Amino acid sequence: MVQHRHFDEELAELKTKLARMAGLAEDQIDKALTALVTRDSALACRVIERDHKVNAMDVEIDEACIQLLALHQPAARDLRLVTTAMKLSTELERISDLSESICERAIELNEEPQLKPYIDIPRMGSLARVMVKESIDAFVKEDAKLARKVVMDDDFVDDLMEQLFRELLSFMVENPQTISRAIRLSFIAKSLERVADHATNIAELVVYLVEGKIIRHTSPPVPL
Amino acid sequence: MPDQQSRMSSGPLVLATPLGVKMGRETMKREEAADSSFSKENVVQTKPKLRVQRFSFFYGPVKSLFNIDVGIPEHEVTAFIGPSGCGKSTLLRCMNRLNDLIEGARHEGNILIDDVDIFDPRIDITDLRKRVGMVFQKSNPFPKSIYENVAYGPRLQGMRNRPMLDDIVERSLRGAGLWEEVKDRLHKSALGLSGGQQQRLCIARALAVKPEVLLMDEPCSALDPIATGIIEELLFSLKKELTVVIVTHNMQQAARVSDSTAFMYLGQLVEFGRTKQLFTNPSKKQTEDYITGRFG
Repeated sequence: MVQHRHFDEELAELKTKLARMAGLAEDQIDKALTALVTRDSALACRVIERDHKVNAMDVEIDEACIQLLALHQPAARDLRLVTTAMKLSTELERISDLSESICERAIELNEEPQLKPYIDIPRMGSLARVMVKESIDAFVKEDAKLARKVVMDDDFVDDLMEQLFRELLSFMVENPQTISRAIRLSFIAKSLERVADHATNIAELVVYLVEGKIIRHTSPPVPL
Repeated sequence: MPDQQSRMSSGPLVLATPLGVKMGRETMKREEAADSSFSKENVVQTKPKLRVQRFSFFYGPVKSLFNIDVGIPEHEVTAFIGPSGCGKSTLLRCMNRLNDLIEGARHEGNILIDDVDIFDPRIDITDLRKRVGMVFQKSNPFPKSIYENVAYGPRLQGMRNRPMLDDIVERSLRGAGLWEEVKDRLHKSALGLSGGQQQRLCIARALAVKPEVLLMDEPCSALDPIATGIIEELLFSLKKELTVVIVTHNMQQAARVSDSTAFMYLGQLVEFGRTKQLFTNPSKKQTEDYITGRFG
């Protein structure tokens, strides 16, 4: 005999808030990449300005979680949802921070001629973006299988960054005039690599939410 | 009676029932084999003090416990939770054979303490209840002084030596966390104590005969949060000396105080595991639904 719980409505509300925040964070990284590739400084400024919205949602979700813990003392899956939500909002907030940082570098880059056609960075960006999207989808659908796939994908982004870094290094060695731009681009690559890491963290949290298993810091990285 | 005095001071008694021991070992092997299916963190690490084996219980024609198998780890607190009428109190009362007093009640299966069957006809039931003490939902001090309440059990066992009795009373009251509050009025009526103090007095009374197992049936349900907190805190020190089994309706209490938790429903043991595991990631859906308040 299953009872209706008011608590369920509050948990559903928490999930809705998280999904909204996730949507916003996903859009931040999306727009940051567009601003970079299309050299649109105005768009980059809008992304920077919007970061505070994501921050505000982080605080709002944290407060909601603390309240749920204090007033309802959730257990089992409910407990996992609330604690996961607290961590997840931090991850999303960081993704937005990194988007902001990419935009700052993009604005600086736009003040000089383009160093080279952007090929690897958009590839890395779209991989990281897909990872963010899929990790959020995995959370919304509570899909541990999809979450595990995201964790595996992280390696591709790491490899791409390594490749890009070597290429930028060769630019710098050949012509010192490119150094400031190449360094900015490598900052961006690092930010994207971090975005992918945060997506991985979200995916790992989803596995915990669904299965109660902590797969962080485990070896091999994705135990079944 | 010097004999009983020496028994009291020489710690737990060994009940000599070879039959019980043999049965215990055999079934233990079988249970250990079954236990290996649990995940590592879910396995109870310490040795069971009490083993309930294929235990069923009947109130006349009504079967109220169904084939329960559970091992209560020594020096730990084990909580039994479940909705009203699920059989948790019945099982608890079987552990010191209180249900023997109910007409038409009968059981199948075994309950072993240290591998000795408590239902073995050779077991002295008074001796069993000395080893397995009990604290009830409602505190039930005798209408006597605080001192006499605690000294009652040892006196009944023949203890007459006043200094030794004084020592037992003090030690038991300290063990129950009550000594500081009552040391200046030991000879005043126990009925003048507050509800929480009376409950701790009952714990002290149970401790006075040095039990190895303490059964607690909803010991805090009539107490305010402060008194409840004191008793919960007490459990952490008590388990160093003995094994505690507590039946509670308060799930947060089970989560706070117990090392292992058993969830019962309709006379069956649904899930038994480490408390931290059971409250974060229970393996059965029924347990999940109950501890998250979705049914019950």
